[in-house]
Amino acid sequence: MAKRQVYYSDFWEEEAEDDNPFAAKAAFCHGYDVYGDILEKATWFEYLYLMFKGERPTKTQAALLEKVAIALANPGPREASVRAAMNGGVGGSTHAASLMAALAVGAGQYGGSHEVFITIKLWGECRFDLEKWKSRLTNPNDDVRADIWLPIEHGPGFDPNGVNCPSVTLQTLKALESIRSGGALTWLSENRVQLEAHLGYPLAISGVVAAALYDLGFNDHQATMLYLILRLPGAAAHTIEQREMGWKKFPFYAENIELINDPGPKGIPNIEAFGL
Amino acid sequence: MSIKDLLDGEDRLSTTMGKAFLCERAVMRGKDIHSELGHLDWFRMNLFSITGREFSAEQVRLLNYFWVATSYPDPSIWPNHVASLAGSVRSTVSLSMIAGMAISEASIYGRRPERRALDFFYRASASVDNGNSLEMIISQELESRGIIYGYGRPLAKIDERIPHTLKLVEELGLDNGKHFRMALDIYKHLKSRLGLSMNIAAVNTSLVADIGLTVEEYQQFLTPCFVTGMAPCYIEARDKPEGGFFPVRCESIVSDNPKRRQWS
Repeated sequence: MAKRQVYYSDFWEEEAEDDNPFAAKAAFCHGYDVYGDILEKATWFEYLYLMFKGERPTKTQAALLEKVAIALANPGPREASVRAAMNGGVGGSTHAASLMAALAVGAGQYGGSHEVFITIKLWGECRFDLEKWKSRLTNPNDDVRADIWLPIEHGPGFDPNGVNCPSVTLQTLKALESIRSGGALTWLSENRVQLEAHLGYPLAISGVVAAALYDLGFNDHQATMLYLILRLPGAAAHTIEQREMGWKKFPFYAENIELINDPGPKGIPNIEAFGL
Repeated sequence: MSIKDLLDGEDRLSTTMGKAFLCERAVMRGKDIHSELGHLDWFRMNLFSITGREFSAEQVRLLNYFWVATSYPDPSIWPNHVASLAGSVRSTVSLSMIAGMAISEASIYGRRPERRALDFFYRASASVDNGNSLEMIISQELESRGIIYGYGRPLAKIDERIPHTLKLVEELGLDNGKHFRMALDIYKHLKSRLGLSMNIAAVNTSLVADIGLTVEEYQQFLTPCFVTGMAPCYIEARDKPEGGFFPVRCESIVSDNPKRRQWS
């Protein structure tokens, strides 16, 4: 008799139906009955918070997480992860492929989830110390060993290509801070201009969201996962739109590409014998 | 399938595909990887892993050329574009390549047309063997499905890969297979009746039908083929300034139906 393999989870339990050990008659998330209790009484964001944090959120925490989700839901078709997804929609790739592309590109360090990962770590390290923040934003790489992630090239949470802080970023910061003041969001509001002056470029939406997720108590892994998940709705909607619009209305950049080291035509084989 | 299959599979997998005896040896399809397959180049190993069969030197050379001939490092090609975007925002190498590969399982190019084209050649060949004329088979396919995959090309009129492939096919003596000849006959028919061109999918899949790969085997074989074109795209975007890969300004989002509404 082969060994029965098991998976361990400290937050999820299931009870099997009497006639089928592979079907659940009840599932429990951190002790709460998901289909008998949560489904009826909780909101999506209360459940999401519970799943990651292990406790029900306060009304303020649930409201803040929901507003973070709205701010992230659609970065718009100019943003790299959404553009990547649209490349799947226009060619009729599978739906999952488009979301995989959104996740893969949205994982990056320029506005992506790994930037949030690094920023959350910095919040844990620098907290509300302006001088520490200034020092770490200009020197964010403290491990020089080779890694799957290249060294980040800018102050995490800020946009090296920005001019002034965009209105939508400021609106997001203000809206989120109005829900939960006194924490990282408030500190960021109060010190944004100094940090921007120090770096020479403005706060980015990734920096605002990292502060909000830090205020919500999410650690680096939790914040990164949520950032990846919560940006997918826009990628999905734009993917479907491009699928319906078709390739004739989608950018095709061939004429924008200039080859500098073109060896020139080398000839094409004669294929008259094949009747072509 | 039934619950009995779940109960049977819960604690046991019987396989002929292979197993890794870690710290000792590894077996693939009944052969020791290190002792019996270690002499293979990776390309032959890949084909063996997919099919469990071995192929002639000419067949391997042709299949290898399929990969070489689709290694276009042009970031305007959609899977490559994804890899470039990933490089531009400093995602990881593996995420970038896998995302591009997933995107290449597309409908108007890539994996779906290739599967459909190969399937058509197998169906058409069987129909011819049953005594039907090629003209009738073509008409029926167009009538019922409106398209014969492999004929017509969405983004260009001439498929430059075809002459180079045909030259190689001739050199390798693989130009007399019945599916390949059928592909040429179908092209002549469609060209004269509908002015359609033949693209590389028709050429390649007819040759693959002559080699005998199933539709499923062919897709598994082709799945990584764009990676070689994606890598330079990722590398170049990664080495240029962050976010610098064809950045899009706000006014470049164009709407035919702009509107503003109040949420109240």
